[in-house]
Amino acid sequence: MRAPAPKYAPNDGVIEAAQAALGDAIVESKDAVGEVSLTVVRDRLVEVMLALRDTPGLEYQQLSEIAGADYPSRAERFDVVYQLLSFTRNHRIRVRVTTDEEKPVPSVTGIWPVAGWLEREVYDMYGVLFDGNTDLRRILTDYGFVGHPLRKDFPQTGYVELRYSEEAKRVVYEPVNLAQDFRNFDFMSPWEGAAYVLPGDEKAAPGPGPADTPQAKPAAPTPPPSDAPKVPEAKGAPTPLSADEIAKADSPSVKPTEPQAKRSKTKDGPQDTGAGDSDPGNQPDQKPKDSDVIPTKGEGQNQ
Amino acid sequence: MTDTVDEMIARDGKDLNDPTTGDVAIANYTINFGPQHPAAHGVLRLVTELDGEIIERIDPHIGLLHRGTEKLIEYKTYTQALPYFDRFDYCSPMAMEHSYVLAVEKLLDLEVPLRAQYLRVFFAELTRIKNHMLNLGSHVMDVGAMTPNLWLFELREDCMNFYERASGARMHANYFRVGGVRQDVPLKLLTDIADWLDTRLPRLFEDAISLVAENRIFKQRNVDIAVVSRDDAVKWGFSGPMIRAAGIPWDIRRSQPYDVYDRMEFDVPVGTRGDCYDRFMVRVEEVRQSARIMKQCLNEMPEGPVLTLDRKVAPPSRGEMKQSMEALIHHFKLFTEGYHVPAGEVYVATESPKGEFGVYLVSDGTNKPYRCKVRPTAFSHLQAMDFMTKGHMLADITAVLGAMDIVFGECDR
Repeated sequence: MRAPAPKYAPNDGVIEAAQAALGDAIVESKDAVGEVSLTVVRDRLVEVMLALRDTPGLEYQQLSEIAGADYPSRAERFDVVYQLLSFTRNHRIRVRVTTDEEKPVPSVTGIWPVAGWLEREVYDMYGVLFDGNTDLRRILTDYGFVGHPLRKDFPQTGYVELRYSEEAKRVVYEPVNLAQDFRNFDFMSPWEGAAYVLPGDEKAAPGPGPADTPQAKPAAPTPPPSDAPKVPEAKGAPTPLSADEIAKADSPSVKPTEPQAKRSKTKDGPQDTGAGDSDPGNQPDQKPKDSDVIPTKGEGQNQ
Repeated sequence: MTDTVDEMIARDGKDLNDPTTGDVAIANYTINFGPQHPAAHGVLRLVTELDGEIIERIDPHIGLLHRGTEKLIEYKTYTQALPYFDRFDYCSPMAMEHSYVLAVEKLLDLEVPLRAQYLRVFFAELTRIKNHMLNLGSHVMDVGAMTPNLWLFELREDCMNFYERASGARMHANYFRVGGVRQDVPLKLLTDIADWLDTRLPRLFEDAISLVAENRIFKQRNVDIAVVSRDDAVKWGFSGPMIRAAGIPWDIRRSQPYDVYDRMEFDVPVGTRGDCYDRFMVRVEEVRQSARIMKQCLNEMPEGPVLTLDRKVAPPSRGEMKQSMEALIHHFKLFTEGYHVPAGEVYVATESPKGEFGVYLVSDGTNKPYRCKVRPTAFSHLQAMDFMTKGHMLADITAVLGAMDIVFGECDR
């Protein structure tokens, strides 16, 4: 891990210790991007949390945070994510349960009273119900607010706006009226597999595109050699890999890293492009014989 | 006469010898503290149930400054999301940015140049001083002293001027970047801050603190007010000066070092009683330790780049763009599409001046965060208000609130 993020005790053996203590309450456990996360059975959450707090070798004394997350395509669309902190072992762990709009999550206010407000916030933002929280009111939104604003299907602009009305002498609520349409830019490149039909491309046959031509058929996509380091061209470039795979492939044992300061910043100086050369490769004998010949006649895009 | 008394006894059904006879039964009553109150440090409404002047129950109503920042961030690219972090805790903006850039760097697995790490630690500590100047001053003023607040505000003003010279903005700096900081600082700024650390800061700060630290009235208002035990501090999710005042030596800078904190030498002050006075004194000592860290940064800071040279994450310089087509393309792509962060999730917490400020960041591999949950420090502290003030006097609310160091930009998000 080269990023200068907070460094706590190593994750070695934490998953095994958790599995030994929790048994089949764990649905999934993983160690990704340097962080351990457990997905547990929702109904056994309280039991799991008590075990994580009290088992020697786990000892997660403090509940730092409860976060909700919404994945509308799933059957149980909500994640409720608990971040636990161990002072004695200097370690963090993440515990996750999934739920939907109706199935309540057992409250952990009995273990950590701080969960009271944190659960109220998840309820307010996502509408997740907590069984056992005696004070499950809204917390951040307005008195009388309708809806759960952090759900993915809740519009960013909301539904109502308010202003002080001079006639009514009070604050009034009105439906949102945007002077300009809300702009949401789509940055998905068509060659990176946009899932929609491009404008003007409606008549194109669905299914495989250029790769379906006879010439292209023998050239089946060869899988990259398994020993090749699977890192994107540069940090920040679009990649199908997850952060964890990159962190692992990028460990110093796999790829020696030269200091970034010594690397040249660009690759198109005059020596690379040939600009200013007396003979930049366009002499008559270096040009194609017949400039009208289109090598892919009959198959190109310009027909 | 006797008849009248007998009549009264018969009517009330009470004996004249009953000592409570004649007392007026006072029901508990409920008052609003806030939402607009100078000692509420923002928009806080405390629904307070009182028995006379004794606090029975406090129900804090928060959310009056809720702006839906987490929702907004989901619609912004990673670069555009950064300035929102200044607006969380607007008293310590760069400390908020720190958690976020570290979280994105962790997902990207991005290396950060050493000088940038030093600069970030340096300004994070300047931010801590800036934050504590405001908090210590307003805490003192909340319990009745005026002068120290004005003196400490002078120091805070100095910090803001340094902010401006580094980033161009006095408050919402937007100075940290994923991969480093926005730009290098001029040498004159570093030497000026060094002078300030040596002369002006100790003189004004120690002067102001000497007025209150041993002051009898100040102690009467703070010592043994809102005592929190270690167990309670852990259970209620305390962090930062609040947990250290309760006697737990927990500092994320020390235990889970990030950037170059592992190279810094500093002490972690710890309280002994867990009351408001301890919280105040822990912050006072933290200011001195921050100055110590800043001096070490100045001594050790190497030369070099202050932003990663990875052109897929950090933009090229303006001069480079005039020379190179590729630099121009990178610049255009970065400020329209931005960079893509590989799919994954991290929780990164740093020691902000107020405590553990965490960012839970979920990326789905696109150029916008899928979910960005902020763990505010104030949430757990303010929630403990009810049990901390139970049985205290109404006037103690301001002392307890002042010692908590709450800012609502962060609490309400």
